[in-house]
Amino acid sequence: MTGPKRYSNQAYRRLRAVKRFGLYAGVAIVLAYMLFPYYWAIISSTKSRASLYSFSLLPSLDFSNYISLFNNPIFMGAIVNSAIVAFSSSLISLIISLLAAYALGRLHFPVSRIILICVLMISVFPQVVVLSGMFEVIGWLDFYNRPAALIFSYLLLILPFTTWVLTSFIRDLPTELEEAALIDGCSRIRILTHVLLPLMGPAIASTGLLAFILAWNEFLFALTFILTDENRTVPVAIGLLTGSSRYEYPFGQIMAASVTVTLPLLILVLIFQRKIVAGLTAGAVKG
Amino acid sequence: MQNRETRIAWYFLLPLLVALAAVALWPLGRNIYFSFTNAFLDNPTDYSFVGLENFATVIEDPVFWGAVKNTMIFTLVSVTLETLLGLAVALLLHRAFAGRGLVRAAILVPWAMPMVVSAKIWEWMFNDQFGLINKALIWLGFLDKGIAWTADPSLILGTIIFIDVWVTTPFMVLLILAGLQLIPEEIYEAAEVSGVPAWKRLWSITLPLAAPAIGVAVLFRTLDALRMFDLSYVIAANSENAMTMSIYARDQLIGFQDLGVGSAASTWVFLIVGLVAILIVSVLRLDRNTT
Repeated sequence: MTGPKRYSNQAYRRLRAVKRFGLYAGVAIVLAYMLFPYYWAIISSTKSRASLYSFSLLPSLDFSNYISLFNNPIFMGAIVNSAIVAFSSSLISLIISLLAAYALGRLHFPVSRIILICVLMISVFPQVVVLSGMFEVIGWLDFYNRPAALIFSYLLLILPFTTWVLTSFIRDLPTELEEAALIDGCSRIRILTHVLLPLMGPAIASTGLLAFILAWNEFLFALTFILTDENRTVPVAIGLLTGSSRYEYPFGQIMAASVTVTLPLLILVLIFQRKIVAGLTAGAVKG
Repeated sequence: MQNRETRIAWYFLLPLLVALAAVALWPLGRNIYFSFTNAFLDNPTDYSFVGLENFATVIEDPVFWGAVKNTMIFTLVSVTLETLLGLAVALLLHRAFAGRGLVRAAILVPWAMPMVVSAKIWEWMFNDQFGLINKALIWLGFLDKGIAWTADPSLILGTIIFIDVWVTTPFMVLLILAGLQLIPEEIYEAAEVSGVPAWKRLWSITLPLAAPAIGVAVLFRTLDALRMFDLSYVIAANSENAMTMSIYARDQLIGFQDLGVGSAASTWVFLIVGLVAILIVSVLRLDRNTT
């Protein structure tokens, strides 16, 4: 802080204090804006029906919404379905894109750049553009109204993303170990599984988590390719959650459901925060 | 040697190429193909070709143009607001302060939630009778009685934009922050020593140097906004005042079971999004060449 203008020592200190205060006030406003709605959802989810319409900012520790939610077989089934679909599609995507990322990030061949651009273009496809074709393919495979339909169709959302991120992670790894292994006559696939993979633990964990979030949050395919309640995934189940009568919109229960399906993800995101930011911004900045 | 490496590369790429062909290229091709037929969803094998009739049906439908207009307004306004807000927050969080890492993690919260959940939380806060927002506005004296934010036809698109800005600003902040971190600190020190005022440092150092990162972020967000489906679907159901292009196309396809017209609508969406993508990319290129 060596400003060109000369302030007296006191004035300079005061200016600095004001700036500091402004900075922290700004950060506080940003945090309140970003976090308050979720906080309000948590508060609302712990209120009984009567106190739901009071505006107390403190939780009232009434867990009846959670109890009725956990006794709701459709909702609990949806959590299981979502977990199966998100886990399977992320795992398949990670395996396929790890192989591809090795080729795109390490091997020198003419069309790698074109393939990367195509992958990027697919990732910005509007989903409706493949809807009718996907409907037909899912019918052929006899996946309609089954979790397999979503595991299959989510490859469209996840693969381009994981390929892009893993490619940029692999490019950042040092090459010395691989070159040594190559001279020793190690095969390429062995280099990938025995040399690179052990180094990529955190990268794969964070990419996998992002893939899982993509699948966990997806709505359009889940709404379209699943017909019956017992096969629904969480976002659609919440979207369609209604009260016992149409005059009684179960906001408390919907908030409880919202908190339940988001909390595990948020905890994981906070744990992997640094790597996730790296994954999200990879490619976008370098590409 | 080079040939061998190329061959190995293709082996490694094969699963990806097969998978993308199955979930992207083939369905896209079939979608365009169905656009020229009169197929229906309940019996998709029985159809004949009708030429461009479906494309004409779609562009003669005022509901389609309403959806295009909504989508364009939504995209333009929300991406503009997100970029400005994202830039402001990124500049703030770029400064050094205690707990910066934690704050950066905390702003990921809206982004990591399912869109449906965000929509439901805001729908609750915007509720006309029991919502916190109306309550607060009445308490502050801005309103006499609650407003139906998600039901009033003239407000619904604005409400949806407001929610979208909340959901996607974190993504903007992250991308812009990453761009800001690439700017070397020495430039600022030099500018400060030679007496360049703060606003001018922002205008002639920060913004031009962060421009590529901002450009990429705007491109991604624009293409994402153009395909928006879930937020409008959950908040507005079938209200034509907030219907997006994606909702229109799905409606034709699934709601009316009309595979031909639905596919033609999707193909229009594809063309429109492609056109916008080309426009933005060429603007970004132009920018890069002049600087």
